[in-house]
Amino acid sequence: MPEPMLQITGLNAHYRDFQALYGVGMQAHAGEVLAIIGANGAGKTTLMRSISGLLPNGAGQISYKGQDISTLRADQIAALGIALVPEGRQLFRSLSVEENLIIGGQIGRKGPWNLAAVFKLFPILEERRAVPATSLSGGQQQMVAIGRALMANPEMILFDEISLGLAPIIIKDIYAALPGIIGEGMSALIVEQDISKALAVSRRVYCLQEGRVSLEGASRTVSRSDISRAYFGVE
Amino acid sequence: MSALYHVTRSSKAAQLAAVFGAIGLIFLIAAPWWAGSAMMRLLGEIFLYLALASLWNLMAGYAGLVSVGQQAFVGFGGYMLFAVTIAGGLSPFAAIGLAGILGGLIAVPVALLIFRLRGAYFAIGTWVIAEVFRLSFAQVSSLGGGSGSSLPVAVVRSLAANKDGREAISYWLALGAVVVVIAAVYLFLRSRNGLALMAIRDNELAAGSLGIDIWRTKFVVYIVTAALTSMVGALIFLQKLRISPDAAFSVNDWTAFVIFIVVIGGIGTIEGPIIGTLVFFALRETLADLGTAYLIILGFVAIFVMLKAPKGVWGLIRARFDLQLFPLGYRVLKRIQKKGA
Amino acid sequence: MEWLNAVVQGTLLGGLYALFAAGLSLIFGVMRLVNIAHGDLIVLAAYLGLTVVTMLGLHPLLALIIVVPVMAVFGYVLQRAVLNRTLGDDLLPPLLVSFGLSVILQNGLLEIYTADPQKINAGALETASVQVGGLSLGVLPLLTFGIAVAVIWGLQWVFYHTALGRAFRAVSDNPDIAQLMGLNRRHIFGLAMALALAVTAVAGVLLGIRTSFDPSIGGARLIFGFEAVIIGGLGNLWGTLAGGVILGVAQTLGAKIDPGWQLLAGHIAFLVILAVRPNGLFPRISA
Repeated sequence: MPEPMLQITGLNAHYRDFQALYGVGMQAHAGEVLAIIGANGAGKTTLMRSISGLLPNGAGQISYKGQDISTLRADQIAALGIALVPEGRQLFRSLSVEENLIIGGQIGRKGPWNLAAVFKLFPILEERRAVPATSLSGGQQQMVAIGRALMANPEMILFDEISLGLAPIIIKDIYAALPGIIGEGMSALIVEQDISKALAVSRRVYCLQEGRVSLEGASRTVSRSDISRAYFGVE
Repeated sequence: MSALYHVTRSSKAAQLAAVFGAIGLIFLIAAPWWAGSAMMRLLGEIFLYLALASLWNLMAGYAGLVSVGQQAFVGFGGYMLFAVTIAGGLSPFAAIGLAGILGGLIAVPVALLIFRLRGAYFAIGTWVIAEVFRLSFAQVSSLGGGSGSSLPVAVVRSLAANKDGREAISYWLALGAVVVVIAAVYLFLRSRNGLALMAIRDNELAAGSLGIDIWRTKFVVYIVTAALTSMVGALIFLQKLRISPDAAFSVNDWTAFVIFIVVIGGIGTIEGPIIGTLVFFALRETLADLGTAYLIILGFVAIFVMLKAPKGVWGLIRARFDLQLFPLGYRVLKRIQKKGA
Repeated sequence: MEWLNAVVQGTLLGGLYALFAAGLSLIFGVMRLVNIAHGDLIVLAAYLGLTVVTMLGLHPLLALIIVVPVMAVFGYVLQRAVLNRTLGDDLLPPLLVSFGLSVILQNGLLEIYTADPQKINAGALETASVQVGGLSLGVLPLLTFGIAVAVIWGLQWVFYHTALGRAFRAVSDNPDIAQLMGLNRRHIFGLAMALALAVTAVAGVLLGIRTSFDPSIGGARLIFGFEAVIIGGLGNLWGTLAGGVILGVAQTLGAKIDPGWQLLAGHIAFLVILAVRPNGLFPRISA
């Protein structure tokens, strides 16, 4: 088994006095797609923010390609090749669609993703390229958010609840585009509340419950009852 | 064994402080008998600065209204004292009270205007108001225009018959003022309005959703602070015996020093300004010979404190020893009773 | 004719006020910071200009070549070493720290240069004038106004057509997520302050050529800049120019009525606009 690309050990995350994650451990290998599921408040977004550097961590808890990234700044982690599609899209209000995408590529990493490639993936964005990004519909904003992360040509991409607040048909479209995005040997961590979508698209799954990892398994074989137990914490 | 919880505002430290405070107060009241002129004048200055600092602290530390223009009311109060005693022939004692009331009144249109600004823009807005006051009073020739005027001898004499008497009266007025101000601040904070204020300070959104009228609470604080500041201003210029626009509305004297006192002492607490005033005057008495270097040092100290110890000296003490001398918060104490075997 | 002259002079004066305000506006736009020491930084630039001119014998406008970069570097260092530490949800720290900075600057300048009024000598530039219509317009005020327009145009261009401007806007919108784009927030803020102080440097030198100055005048310059920003409306640099012009015209008209009324007229105009249009005339962000 090759070395894991992302190794998380004993991650404790705090918001001021409140502890959100307790000793979380997980690993992701190159080219692997992981699903991270859990109820509201389980700590999924906290985990994403910790990995991407938006939340400060204690040393030695997160390593990427053998390097300890726990105490690096978010902009340093982005330069290493980890990109986040944040919960709630969080596009830049004062920037147009095109500018949001361009700034995603600010980092200057080499790779297949550029403006033309993103427009090919999501043609509607090319039509609306000069429009303020936040005036788009929810689904289109999600496309911009994904495109923005892709422009950084990351090796690992974190999707935080991309289906939140979107109509089912839009969610279907976005998930249909996902293999085209991740297929190129990129690793992905997909945080989802929609369990079936998450399992369908991933190799392995972790379940978080009240800040702890309650289940780890292969997406194909993990049982529904195991998931229910791990999700809700009920015996 | 059963445990009973009871909630109290007081604590051993607070009770002790109250006792010491009372003793100290008696001591201070007796000052005209044991202190010399210079000492009384210094004490009087300390009291008035403490009053100004406590008021600024109420606005900034509790109501979140940071003003760099309180000199508007200090000067206004001073000018009202002169105007009312010279033109109206009132006694200085009445004039001081009237100055306070007038200060509160003029604060109403001022507040209506500048409450349209928020945060740092509000702060600069208060400065503009102070400038408007300064420029306006400089145009009033009956009050001396740009060069100012002196308090007529007759008015000064009406304070007391002889010099000793006047010094004692001035001193007692200053002491009375600071006691009134601190008592007012303390009682206000213990009242419903004060509770509302602290709720607003801690979480404005939550406070609003509880039905607290944020605008009105802040408005009331601004008016009351303006009135009391004007009263203190009247006292300050009663002591100085002379007023001019630049002295009355000086940013350095009435805002910069006050802000330093509160920041260094500890913003958002009643004890903070007391400590800050003592530190400020200790620094002043030792360093004032250095002139501008002294002010530069003050500036550095204020920046340092704000960055490293934002809760000031009192904040450090309080964090270390969990002290509160003016009982404002609530404490939950557990009383354990042993039941007999 | 006299009144027309006053209006024109006031308009040109507005250019100088717009330069005072532009730096203030930029900083507030990017990092929601209001720097109380801003006026004193303008005065610092004037003194720097004076020193460069007296020590190197340069023409004041050439002195800008030195003063602008020096102030820019100072701005970057100031932001990263001190002001970045004050940013956050609480509004007190940046206010009080910049207030402390103001006191330090004023008294530092007092120590070094004394309280004597100074002026930067620009020779013929100070009195040269051109005849337009029946009016005599000073070359210096015209130049100042022109520079103000150019600076604002330049800032707008940076903000909307360069990667740096994009970074400014992104960091202003969402400082957290901007980091995910590889933008080091502290560095970007430093650059913003550097740019703001570069503009301030120009304002300071032009001020120094125009009138006599001493360490204590910073407060009033801050207020003029602030009034121009509020009158014009937050978040709009061209609005700030308009605000400066309105302020300048109010002051010169007031001075025409009575010289002692100059400053008061400007403040009153500001208060009237605050009463009637609290968000300013052309706002993009609300106060």
